[in-house]
Amino acid sequence: MSSWSSPVSIASARGDSFVFRYQRELSVLAAYGLLLAILAAIRPGFYQVQFRLTWVSAAPILIAAVGQTLIILAREIDISIGSQFSVCGVVAGLLAGLGWPVPAVVVGTIAAGAIMGAANGVLVAALKLPSIVVTLATMVILRGAMLWLTHGAAVHLPDWLQWFGASQRWGQASIIIIAIAILVAFAAGVRWLAMGRSVYAVGSDREAARLAGIRPFRVLFWVFVLMGALTGLAALLNTIQFAEVYPNSGDGLELQVIAAVVVGGTAISGGRGTLLGTLIGVALLGTIGSALVFLHIQAQWEKAIQGLIILLAVASDGLNRRSAG
Amino acid sequence: MANADQGLRAEGADPSQVISLEHAERRLENLLELHSISKSFAGVRALSNVGFDLRTGEVHALIGENGAGKSTLIKIITGAHAPDGGTIAFAGKTIEKMDPNLSRSLGIAAIYQQPALFPELSVAENIALRLERGRAWRILRWKERRQNATALLARVGANISPDARVRSLTMPQQQLVEIAAAIGSNAKVLILDEPTASLSDREVENLFRVIDELRGRGVGMIYISHRLEELPRVADRVTVLRDGNRIATRCMLDVDRAELIRLMVGREMSAVFPKVQVPIGETALEVRNLSCAVAGVSDVSLSFRAGEILGLAGLVGAGRTELARTLFGLTPADEGQILLHGKPVKIDSPSRAVSLGLAYVPEDRRRHGLILEMSVAANVTLAVLRQIAHGGWLDFSRQRRIADEFISKFAIKTPSSSVPAGNLSGGNQQKVALARWLATEPRVLILDEPTQGVDVGAKAEIHRLMGQLAANGLAIIMISSELPEILGMSDRIAVMHAGRLLGMLDRAAATQERILEMALGHGPGEQVAAGSGAVMA
Repeated sequence: MSSWSSPVSIASARGDSFVFRYQRELSVLAAYGLLLAILAAIRPGFYQVQFRLTWVSAAPILIAAVGQTLIILAREIDISIGSQFSVCGVVAGLLAGLGWPVPAVVVGTIAAGAIMGAANGVLVAALKLPSIVVTLATMVILRGAMLWLTHGAAVHLPDWLQWFGASQRWGQASIIIIAIAILVAFAAGVRWLAMGRSVYAVGSDREAARLAGIRPFRVLFWVFVLMGALTGLAALLNTIQFAEVYPNSGDGLELQVIAAVVVGGTAISGGRGTLLGTLIGVALLGTIGSALVFLHIQAQWEKAIQGLIILLAVASDGLNRRSAG
Repeated sequence: MANADQGLRAEGADPSQVISLEHAERRLENLLELHSISKSFAGVRALSNVGFDLRTGEVHALIGENGAGKSTLIKIITGAHAPDGGTIAFAGKTIEKMDPNLSRSLGIAAIYQQPALFPELSVAENIALRLERGRAWRILRWKERRQNATALLARVGANISPDARVRSLTMPQQQLVEIAAAIGSNAKVLILDEPTASLSDREVENLFRVIDELRGRGVGMIYISHRLEELPRVADRVTVLRDGNRIATRCMLDVDRAELIRLMVGREMSAVFPKVQVPIGETALEVRNLSCAVAGVSDVSLSFRAGEILGLAGLVGAGRTELARTLFGLTPADEGQILLHGKPVKIDSPSRAVSLGLAYVPEDRRRHGLILEMSVAANVTLAVLRQIAHGGWLDFSRQRRIADEFISKFAIKTPSSSVPAGNLSGGNQQKVALARWLATEPRVLILDEPTQGVDVGAKAEIHRLMGQLAANGLAIIMISSELPEILGMSDRIAVMHAGRLLGMLDRAAATQERILEMALGHGPGEQVAAGSGAVMA
């Protein structure tokens, strides 16, 4: 059949091409590449230590961003992850202080995150409350609980917890490897597992998903549980880098994570985005700060520049949508 | 036909005989049977004692005016609504309680005018989501999904890439994706809700070819359409609904167009319309060759005078609301001229329209007309805030005075002007919406379905009010899907079809049949649509 008029085929050809479909990922990748190239050209010293350290501190953010990507793909949001992160860090410290072995500390911390995620999930999925309000409430509640529990004091960590007892070099390497492994596993999961695709379906059109036999609220619940568990893991990988953990270690994390996900091309309206984009978003936003120091630009510009990148990303979405009609 | 039907349904038929019959002729047995289905919404009868049946390999057309009960009947078949009474049987078995999942698993698929697809996902995935069932942990085979989609799309004659995002497809393409998915799921009953409404002739021919193929494979299809002329080509039988009743079920060969129209409208004038004869003044609004591509309004010319009520008739989607929105500057016209009291004006925004003396009371007052949480007084004065403010500060006593004036003038039943508008009954809400716009002292009033969803008493009062407003020299355009209301209230009737004005009927010359005939796209006023602007007598 050749009955379709040519504008139609042009539109779909444009929608199908690799460059068009992944234009956000590619343009953020280009920006990251440009930043690395500038550093390589004028401050090669960046690559001696700082590049690795940048990734070590970005690894926990990346893990949390994987969870947040799922949440936003499903057309929800979780702003309580900063508080969850703080709680999980303190939990890890307390469990280690009790003398639990490393595997038990790992499981306990992740379980603590999963339980908090499940609480959010029940409120959002079963009671059908808006996630932005639910997680705002749990954010404040958890933060308050932390203050009450620790009186704001840091929890000292036993020596053997740092880098899980390995050398610093190995510890740093394994943190990055774990984060990348998590990303790859989830990227594969949302591509090739039925339940991964159902996250996209639920975010794209909840009613259509229901009609297709997917149970949207079940999907939402599990996505929140995963978010919590990943936050627990992220907190753990952050905690083991230090000698003590503060009860406010996660403050502001939610904004960093949501910014990275959005810059990476996941639509806040749900159903569209990739984990690869999230990886690039984390890389770009995570590198800006230390890059500025190396480029002798005053550090207070970091936030402003990050904000500008977010605005650029969202504005390009708006322009694209308009040109696509 | 009926005999063959009876014979095949006999219990204990010899299997070999059934097979031979299958080979001999298309098998016709009852696939779906509905008996005396009734359904009410909030006390309003949508369906009463409706029977309907569908045989294998049959296309059964379902027709009726807006609000005749077609959608409700479809929703009962798909399990979206539970009937208040009556029984549903599928393939001879009575279904205790139909729900969307059961209906799907029985092989009932519905394709609506607005496709229910995932816009962000690919065509292949959209089809796969309809077909695949299984555990959450199962691994997806993308190659298979793509091949399957390609094969199904080829069967419906669609030249669509399985990797295309559904967002980038046109409406007819999305419809074909839905049909492909329905074929893939081996649907036994396919419901097509106005499938040709947005298709070009060639696309329609392709759709009919697909329908013929499905018919040959024994799929039963319920076909809803307002295009009566395509029914002989596509349908085997036709059922006419009117006001929630089944009027007739006929073999398509036994009826003609005129008969169908007669069956669709044959309704008595139930309500009394207090049409007040008022002196007709000068031309208030004239429109010349008005077009708006976004709204789908093309080449509309009409004029009407102060004191006149112009009825705007047509089927849902004919462009009546769209024309009103264009006149009011919500979707500004891109071609043509608007003359207000003889002077050409440019209406490019609602605020401009208001300052020119136009008022528009929209169709869905819950969504566009009223702010239900706000008080009656606030709602009434929302369009005249500037007049009741002093240096930016609202004068609440003045607001109350204006509201009280309208409450008594329109007999709005409310405890006070300070209660939320949402607490009022539908009819009184409509009066508040009217009051809001009359507070701006307009000279042209556009009413979109002014009595939809209000009870009989409030309806009569709104009609009385309209007469009074016309007597005060207001020019009124009334959009209504209710033919008796159009006939009862209007001085003249403009009939629209597919975004065009098909003709203009005088009060004396108008009948339900003539209006419907024109609304279905066969107006005697083709030359009017061509742009001459002539008024049909």
